Amino acid sequence: MLRDQSFDEFAGRCGEWLRGSGPESDIVISSRIRLARNLADFPFIRRCSDEDRLSIEREIRARLDKLQPLAKVRYIDVDALSEVDRQFLVERQLISRELADADGARAVAIDPNEQFSVMINEEDHLRIQVMHSGLDVVSAWDQITALDDLIESQITYAYHPKYGYLTACPTNVGTGLRVSVMMHLPALVLTQQIDKVFRSLQKISVTVRGLYGEGSQYTGDFYQISNQITLGKTEGDLLQEVSEVVPLLIDYERKARQFLMKQGEKDLHDDVSRALGILCTAKKISTEETMHYLSKVRMGVNLGLIEDVEVNILNKLFIQTQPAHLQKIRGRLLGSSDRNIERANYLHQHLTGHGKRESDLN
Amino acid sequence: MKCQHCEKPATFHITELIGAGGPQEMHLCEEHARAFLNKDSSGPVATIAGQLSKQLKLGGKNPAEAEIKECPVCGISFFEFRNSGRLGCPYDYTHFEKELEPLLLNIHDASSHTGKHPKRAAVAAEAQATIIRLRREMEEAIEREDYEQASTLRDQIRKLEDAGKS
Repeated sequence: MLRDQSFDEFAGRCGEWLRGSGPESDIVISSRIRLARNLADFPFIRRCSDEDRLSIEREIRARLDKLQPLAKVRYIDVDALSEVDRQFLVERQLISRELADADGARAVAIDPNEQFSVMINEEDHLRIQVMHSGLDVVSAWDQITALDDLIESQITYAYHPKYGYLTACPTNVGTGLRVSVMMHLPALVLTQQIDKVFRSLQKISVTVRGLYGEGSQYTGDFYQISNQITLGKTEGDLLQEVSEVVPLLIDYERKARQFLMKQGEKDLHDDVSRALGILCTAKKISTEETMHYLSKVRMGVNLGLIEDVEVNILNKLFIQTQPAHLQKIRGRLLGSSDRNIERANYLHQHLTGHGKRESDLN
Repeated sequence: MKCQHCEKPATFHITELIGAGGPQEMHLCEEHARAFLNKDSSGPVATIAGQLSKQLKLGGKNPAEAEIKECPVCGISFFEFRNSGRLGCPYDYTHFEKELEPLLLNIHDASSHTGKHPKRAAVAAEAQATIIRLRREMEEAIEREDYEQASTLRDQIRKLEDAGKS
């Protein structure tokens, strides 16, 4: 693994999950799977002393270092990072908010393509995750199970013949698997159908969360559809349960978009065009407002109502206008008010005139 | 006072008057308070951790006698687990099996794993648990400055670790 605490070059790139390609990518943003694993010979994190955490981090790092397929992986000491850098990795979904905010020895190993990352000393000793663009659950599983086997060749996992992989929280025990499909559902929000849809999902053990995971607000009309249970079913069954729901949601979203078009195409056209107007001309704008209008514009582009903006540009802007990204791109720390001004500049620069082509971004 | 749902200090104290079971007092951090107060207006904020803590609270506030017993390996009591929602070590699944079983059934509607398992033959889980326990005893010995005992324990730990690696 490579030791490198700087990852400035990530800022200009989009990251795997917002690449905007893959099956059904107008509605399905990304497919993500994570596995929770623990070392057999250490207490779970909450019961760990500072020395324990340090030993776990060293032990895992030494073991992963022996794995040739991980030679190009970047190993980052999260404890030594600045707050902006930590926030930056959260925005890119390479680490969780929980890992960013924790104390003591903790780290993340990141694949150069940002398709997978391995968090060390999060709620569990190991959180392995794989992210693919679009609806791609099956190949994400193939990749993560191979990665899990590889790591397991070096590390003895806490495993119980009856309860499976043992985790700090009993809600993850068994498979330790959470599959999350991130979807962009603006029309279901506009037609106020979204709550109804989610209530029906809860009945079948599928749960919905916001853009940045558990407890996060739903921003930009992005929603993560995940399995609720982890024990008593095979990984294949869990993946299938979520995979079966996604096409239904895609269908509902498309129907809602058609309904909006039929009911008042002019109104919708007006709404998405005004959103683009605000993004192009505002002089200061918050993250939430940006997400709100980018979401509308993205739907407008997907419906052919807005023609001269590429979806890939919008996907990039969703992440690059986040607070830490903006500061990394501008190369300096910015207070909230300055960020709002810089964000407006950045949007103007990339949504108007010559900046509209994806290749021109950065 | 800690928030009912996490480790942060509880800064909001809410009394819910409406609902089954009469008035209910809640002590929450800012984030969870906001989530709770927004629950009705902004759709479902039901989280997995939230549901777990709800189920854990069903057991009541005061530790029953059975809940005070501690795991011999990591020293956590079932009462502590109930309050934090997080277990202390892998051996807890064995030690608190009786208490956990109904909880697992409640969460997962199942209590046996049927998925993937590690490729290598499982090493004796007992030896692994012993290592965790000895490390804790060693730290305690160091704390009370009993270095002789600490060094004996360290040798025992090394022996077990080496046996596990070979």
